[in-house]
Amino acid sequence: MKTAVVVFPGSNCDRDVQRAVSETLKTSVEMVWHEETKFASEPDLVILPGGFSYGDYLRSGAMAARSPIIAAVKEHAAAGKLLLGICNGFQVLTETKLLPGALLTNTTTTFICKRSYIRVEQTDNFFTYGLKKGEVVQYPIAHHEGLYFLPPAELEELEKAGRVVFRYADPNTGEAGAQYAPNGSLNGIAGICNEKGNILGLMPHPERATVSHLNGGTDGAAFWLSIARGFAERSAC
Amino acid sequence: MGFREVGLSESEYKRIQELLGREPNDLELELIGVMWSEHCSYKSTRPLLRTFPSKGKYVLQGQGENAGVVDMGEGWGFAFKVESHNHPSAVAPFQGAATGVGGIIRDIIAMGARPSVSMDGLFFGDASLRKTQNLAKGIVEGIGSYGNSVGVPVVGGKTFYSPCYNDNPLVNAFSAGFVRLDKMASSQTAKPGDYAVLLGSKTGRDGIAGASFASRELDEDARASKPQIQIGDPFEEKLLIECCMDLLDKNLIASMQDMGAAGILSSSSEIAHKSGCGINIQVEKIPLREADMQPWEIFLSESQERMLLIVEEEKLAPVFDMAKHYGLDCAIVGEMTDTRRYRVYKNGALEADLPTSILGDTPEIHWPSEEPRDLPERQALDLSTLKCGDAGEELLAMLSCPNGRRKNAIWEQYDSMVQLHTIAGPGEPAAIVEVPQTERACVLTMEAEPYKCWTDPYTGAAEAMALSLRGIWLTGADALGMTNCLNFASPEFPEKFYELKECLRGLADTCRALDCPVVSGNVSLYNETANDRIYPTPLVVTAGLAVERDKTVRAGKTEPGDLLYLVGPKEGSLGATRYQEAKNGRPLGKTVAPDCEAEKKFRDAALATAHGQLAKSGRVVAGGGLATTLANEAIASGTGMKLALAPETSLEALLFSEGGPRAVYSVAPENAAAFEKTWESLGCAKIGEAGGDSFEWQGIMNLPLAKLTAAFTGEN
Repeated sequence: MKTAVVVFPGSNCDRDVQRAVSETLKTSVEMVWHEETKFASEPDLVILPGGFSYGDYLRSGAMAARSPIIAAVKEHAAAGKLLLGICNGFQVLTETKLLPGALLTNTTTTFICKRSYIRVEQTDNFFTYGLKKGEVVQYPIAHHEGLYFLPPAELEELEKAGRVVFRYADPNTGEAGAQYAPNGSLNGIAGICNEKGNILGLMPHPERATVSHLNGGTDGAAFWLSIARGFAERSAC
Repeated sequence: MGFREVGLSESEYKRIQELLGREPNDLELELIGVMWSEHCSYKSTRPLLRTFPSKGKYVLQGQGENAGVVDMGEGWGFAFKVESHNHPSAVAPFQGAATGVGGIIRDIIAMGARPSVSMDGLFFGDASLRKTQNLAKGIVEGIGSYGNSVGVPVVGGKTFYSPCYNDNPLVNAFSAGFVRLDKMASSQTAKPGDYAVLLGSKTGRDGIAGASFASRELDEDARASKPQIQIGDPFEEKLLIECCMDLLDKNLIASMQDMGAAGILSSSSEIAHKSGCGINIQVEKIPLREADMQPWEIFLSESQERMLLIVEEEKLAPVFDMAKHYGLDCAIVGEMTDTRRYRVYKNGALEADLPTSILGDTPEIHWPSEEPRDLPERQALDLSTLKCGDAGEELLAMLSCPNGRRKNAIWEQYDSMVQLHTIAGPGEPAAIVEVPQTERACVLTMEAEPYKCWTDPYTGAAEAMALSLRGIWLTGADALGMTNCLNFASPEFPEKFYELKECLRGLADTCRALDCPVVSGNVSLYNETANDRIYPTPLVVTAGLAVERDKTVRAGKTEPGDLLYLVGPKEGSLGATRYQEAKNGRPLGKTVAPDCEAEKKFRDAALATAHGQLAKSGRVVAGGGLATTLANEAIASGTGMKLALAPETSLEALLFSEGGPRAVYSVAPENAAAFEKTWESLGCAKIGEAGGDSFEWQGIMNLPLAKLTAAFTGEN
C-alpha cells in the first residue's frame, strides 16, 4: 500500500503520521508539499495530517481546502482510493465538502490535549475493516475545534447510513454518546466516512497511539494494520 | 536627546564620550542605551554569573550563545534555555506569554536544533483573586495558542501560586531541541564579506524598546507600556522553523542569531562582535510594515518571527529560493566587514559609526549588598504554631490547595504529544523524551523554591538545585547541565541585591559540588510594583541523559503487593514548607542545607536502582512532604497503601517536612533484598505495602483512596 502525506504550511503532525505508518507497515511514505498539483507515486492512501494549515486564522482547514494539491486529492478520492483526514485533516475534508458537516469550537472553548476513548461504530469501510465493531479504543485528541456539527436532518441521515465510524465512549462501560465527548461533539461523533467508505475523517490521533514506549498508548497500531487489511482484501473484491 | 532618556547614568555617558572620543549622535545614543540596558547587558549580574561552573564533560556549548548545548551521544546534541517574559505577560497576558514561547524557540533554532520540547514555569498570585484567574487564563491560552500551532510539545512545567506574584506574575518559557552535531549553528562564525540577511516577518513598530521596558519596575499604569508588547504569529514561526531547518540541513548558513530583545540592533551587533568582524547595515533595505519608521525605531523594534542569517555570497540564491518556498520575506540588509565597527547607512549616508566593542563589551554595575534586616524574623519559626490536628484532614488540605492540586486544567490546554517523542509528559515529576533515532532518553526537571529562597536565599536556591538533580537521578539519568531563569526584584536595594547574590551563590556551589554545569540562562530583574515585590525566584531546569530509555524509573507505576520504601533521612525541615506557609500565612523558618556527600550517595544509589531495574516506581519527596508524596503516588497509581512509620520528632515533621535527599520507591518483593543493599549507605526504611483502596497510615490516618483522588483532582 503506497502512502502519501500532504504537507501544508502549518501542518505539524505530518512527520508523526509518516513515522507511525512507516514503522507499523514497514513501508516508505511520500511527503507531498501543498503547492504540488499531483502525486508522484500514485498512492493508494493519501493522509491529510493534523496541525494548523496556513495558521487556520480564517477557519480551520478553510485555506488548505483551496490549496493547489486539493484538486489531485479530490481526483484520488473520486477514483475510489483511500483518503484519510486526521484532526486538521478532518477539518480540511469538511471544508472541501468531501465529508459533510463542520468542526466547531470545543464547548470548553479551550484547546484540549489528552487521551480519548472512542467506540468503533462500524467496520463496513476500508479503514476499520480489521477492527472489532463495538470495541473501545484509545487515541489521544489535541484540538480546539473538534465539535462535529451537522444540521439535525442531515445528521439523522448520516446516522441511518451507518457512516458514523467512531463515537466518544466511556472506557469502562463501553457506552458511547455526546456525554462522553470532551469537545461537545453532536451524538459524540469522533469520526465519519463517505458513502463509499473510502474517505475517513476523525478528530483523535491514531498516530499518537502507535509507538509503544511513548505516552499516547498503543491502540493506534491496529488502526494502520486495519487500513492495510481493508485495502488488500476489499480492493480485491 | 539626553542620555537619561535612553536609560544611561551620568557616569555611563562620560564613559561613552571617552570611548568614542566624541559626542554620540542621537541614533548612536539610542543604540548604546539599549545595549547597555539591564535586559541586554546583564550589567547587575554578570560578575555573579561568572561564578557559575560552566564546564563539564557533556558541555558542547556553554554560556554566551543563543542557548547551551550538551552531548546526548550517538551524534546528537541537546540545545536548551529558559527565558522570562514577565513584564509583557503582566501587561498583556495572552500576547506576552505567546511571544515568550516564540522568542525562546528561536534561540533553539539559532543553535541549529529543531525545537522539540517546551516547558513553562508559571508563578501566579493568590489563586482566589479574580485578577489572578484572568491573568492566568490569558497566559495559559497564550502559551497554548503559540506552542500548539508551531507544533512543539509542552512536556512539563511548574505552576506556583503566592500572593507575592499578584501584580507581577512570572512567565518563564523553556525550550529545547535536538541537533545533529555536524549541523550545529553559531552566532560566532561570520566572516568579512558575508551578507547579513533578514528572514521572516517585516519590521514594524510593535515592541519598540521592550528591552528597556523589561529593565525597570512595572509602572503604576502599565497600560502605557502596551506599545512595547509584541504580537506573535505562530504560523510565521512555524514556517521560520521549517525554513531554517532546511537551510541548515543544506549547509547554506554561515552564522545565525535570533532577533529577540532589541531586535536588529542586538542580533547584528552581537554577531559582529562575537565573530570579531564589523558590519555595515543599509537601513533602507530592511523590509518594513510601516513606511515612515525612523532608523532608531527600526533598530529597536522587537517584531517577532525574524532571524538574522549570515550567508556567503554564493549561497544567497539558494537561500532566497528556500525563503520563497516557505513564503517568507527575505532581504539582504548589510554585509560583514573587517573594520570591527558597527555602521548604519541610510541611502548612502552614514548615520551611526560605533566600535562593535562599545555595543558588545557593556559595563558592569556592582550594587551594594546588605543582609535584610528582617532576615532573622523570616527565619524564626515557632514550631508550636504548626501542630498537626486531624492528619487525614490536613493531608486532604495539602492535596487540594492551589499549589498541591492537579494542574491538568492548565496542561491539557497544551499539546504535549506532537512530534511523537514524549515518553513522560506533564503531570509527571520528570519529563522524559526520546533522543531521536536512538534507545536513549532525555530527562528534564524544573524546580523553584520561592518560600525557601525568601527565608534563606543561599540554602533555598541550593535546595531547588538539589531537588532538580534528585529528580534526574531518580529517573536513572546522568545530569548533563542546567539552565536557569533568575527572577528577582530591583537590585538597586541593597537588601534585594543580597538575596540575589546569595541565591546565585547557592546555585553555583551546589552545581559545582554535584557536577552539573550551567550552560545557559536568563536574568529578570525589577519584578516589582509600587505595592509588591516577588520573593526571590530562581528557577532551574536540569537536563539529564538515560542511556537506556527502557531502564528509567517513573512515578505512578506502583502495583498492589509492592513493598514501599522511604530512602534517605526520615524527616527534613518544616521551615518555609508548603505546610508551614499554609499554617502561618507566610513563609517562615530555615530549610535543610543540602549535604553534598549525602546527595552523591543518593545519586549513586538512585542510578544503581534504575539501571538494575530494582524498583517499579519512584518519586522524590518534594513540596508537601512525605505524606503528600506518598498520596500523589497512590493517586497516580490507582492503588491504596498500608503504611507504618512513626514520627521521630513530631507528627507534622513526619508527614509534611521537606528537604534532604529523600525519595519513596515501590519495589517488588523479589527485589527487596537487592534494593535494600543498594540503599544501605544512605539509609532506607520499609514503610509499608501497596494494595487495597484506602490510604492507611497506622495510628495516623485512614482515608479512602477515592477521597484523596477527589481532593487532588477536584472531581467527584
